[in-house]
Amino acid sequence: MKPDFEKLYFQMARIRAFEESLARLWRQGLIPGEMHLGIGEEAIVAGVLDHARNGDGLALDHRSTPPLVARGVDLTSMILEMLGDEGGLCGGWGGHMHLFSRDHLAASSGIVGSSAPLGAGFALAADYLKEGGVAFSFFGDGAANQGMLLETFNLAVAWKLPVVFVCKDNNWAITTRSSAVTGGSLTRRARSFGMPAYRVNGTQVESVWSAALKAVTRARAGKGPSFILARCCRMEGHFLGDPLVRVFEEPVKQTMEIAPPLIRALLAKPLAAAASRCGHVGYIGRVIATLGGEKYLTRRDPISHAGGLIPEQARDRLDREAELEIRDALAAALERKERHA
Amino acid sequence: MHEMTFAEAIDAALERAMADDERVITFGEDVTMLRRNLYVRFGPRRVRQAPISESAFLGAGVGAAMAGLRPVVEIMLVDFIAVAFDALLNEASKVKAFSGGKWNVPLVVRAACGGGYGDGGQHEQCLWGLLSGMPGIAVVVPSNPPDAAGLMLSAIQSDDPVVFLEHKLLSDYWLDYLGGASRKSVSFDVPDSAARGKVDVPPVVVQIGEARVVSPGTDLSILSLGVGVHRSLEAREMLLKEGLNAEVVDLRTVTPLDIKIVTESAKKTGRVLVVDEDYIGFGLSGEVAAVLGEAGVKCGFARVCTESVIPFARHLEDEALPNTRRITGAAHHLCES
Ligand SMILES: Cc1ncc(C[n+]2csc(CCOP(=O)(O)OP(=O)(O)O)c2C)c(N)n1
Repeated sequence: MKPDFEKLYFQMARIRAFEESLARLWRQGLIPGEMHLGIGEEAIVAGVLDHARNGDGLALDHRSTPPLVARGVDLTSMILEMLGDEGGLCGGWGGHMHLFSRDHLAASSGIVGSSAPLGAGFALAADYLKEGGVAFSFFGDGAANQGMLLETFNLAVAWKLPVVFVCKDNNWAITTRSSAVTGGSLTRRARSFGMPAYRVNGTQVESVWSAALKAVTRARAGKGPSFILARCCRMEGHFLGDPLVRVFEEPVKQTMEIAPPLIRALLAKPLAAAASRCGHVGYIGRVIATLGGEKYLTRRDPISHAGGLIPEQARDRLDREAELEIRDALAAALERKERHA
Repeated sequence: MHEMTFAEAIDAALERAMADDERVITFGEDVTMLRRNLYVRFGPRRVRQAPISESAFLGAGVGAAMAGLRPVVEIMLVDFIAVAFDALLNEASKVKAFSGGKWNVPLVVRAACGGGYGDGGQHEQCLWGLLSGMPGIAVVVPSNPPDAAGLMLSAIQSDDPVVFLEHKLLSDYWLDYLGGASRKSVSFDVPDSAARGKVDVPPVVVQIGEARVVSPGTDLSILSLGVGVHRSLEAREMLLKEGLNAEVVDLRTVTPLDIKIVTESAKKTGRVLVVDEDYIGFGLSGEVAAVLGEAGVKCGFARVCTESVIPFARHLEDEALPNTRRITGAAHHLCES
């Protein structure tokens, strides 16, 4: 089987355009609180959910909008939700980390790791209530160290649950490099529970799609869960306005804020172990550099890769279509918001 | 005395304690960046970043405390403590009793709490009532920089588990991270007198369990803590203009509750209004009523608390959390009846 690359590209373009419109609204101050975007995760979301059918469950983490866009949740109602409008997807009660669409059996949570047990529950119900239903559980590499997630791996294998665990591995959890706090390898970890594990380049939609096909086929056949580790790149920092990314955007201002307390700490009396203190400052500097650099230096943009898989004409057409769709949804949302104000 | 932000005051106390006592270490998610000043001074052995494994590292904090360390364990936001509840409910809080008083757990759990910046109901809870419901744990909630520093010192010096809650509206870095405060287009109702203030160097210890009368009054007593204290003080100003003189008490510690100050104030004014950002049911406000009843104090009673899941939309959130409109309304109602 081969994927329909134009269809995949279109989903990715829709997601990107949607996320970018959220970013603008957030910067304008119209969306409060944290805003975690899924920019950089489009290939994973599109590649996996291309295999989803009506009735399949969807358990999501704090980057929940891309899968909801891919599953066809009404875009205007999602934007209205972010704007805190009564007409929003959740009546203004959920917000971006807590989006729920009962019609799509899709739920998200801001508690890291909790999408795993939730997905297992969706899978249990699918297994019990209908033939061939599955559930998808999305989470990050940071979540892969959460106890409830590892317990769920075991539970899902023991109960042969039709769930596909998708780890979007950007190698960061806020400011912590996951490799610094993770023992062993995540794919070997998953295999040791007794399920197949696939390691794919999550910026290449075709690789994700192929691995997901195997995982979903296995789940629909009643053979139990699988694990997909998809490497990707965090292109916007942890959340919008990430202070460490700002060091790159406004270097002088941020350095003036960050540096003086560090220098005070460096010189704090008694002045013991001065050499190692300098080393600690170096470490802080390196984290900021790699973290911010992710945005400015090592862009591995899944959209440009996917764009290369289809003819240029098709790409332009799909970009336009996606942009129009998002623009209309946004306009409808803002108009309604205006009317209500 | 130095002028410090709320957050700087807490970290100054922690730094002091770490400099004075090698056994004090701190760990949690992202602490090497969040506490980078401590990291530079004390290094990775004493300022450790943890994986997102709260049940493991809070549980490890209990064990480490039992075996001779004095850990300050960070649970980023108190909401996330749900994931690690066993460590508090069935381990830390039980050791002293189970060992016949022979073994104690000098553990500090530090977490950010509270709302008012649009982050939704899984990131803005207070939960100090829930946490105070178990015997064997102290829970402190400072409302200004000197108290924050003083209570952090006390918490670290305590030989028993203490939960130290830092309200996000008072901590500039949390508002930056979680509220997106770097945007010029957003603003928050931050009480100025609370987010910055003068702190002694070294900070003066504030005893756990000691409330403070912030503004004396005669007509009613408003008991509160954290950001609620500042909302109450604002309400007090409005009430003064409307002919009511309210006493505002900053409880500072949830448990052990300062029963003496609470009952004294209630006896003096004859009316008690609890302003509690935590949930209304089965928590601090009900506890205050119970304590007053047990002490035989006959007084009017009312409360302004959070009564539902905290909504995401800012206008709904502002109504859900205690605000001056609700406080003054409740005060008038209480004084009329
Ligand atoms: C139980 C819990 N602990 C901590 C947090 C705070 N937090 C939010 S996102 C995040 C990092 C998550 O990393 P990862 O799972 O890799 O996802 P990413 O943000 O990198 O996509 C953390 C620590 C939380 N929301 N819930």
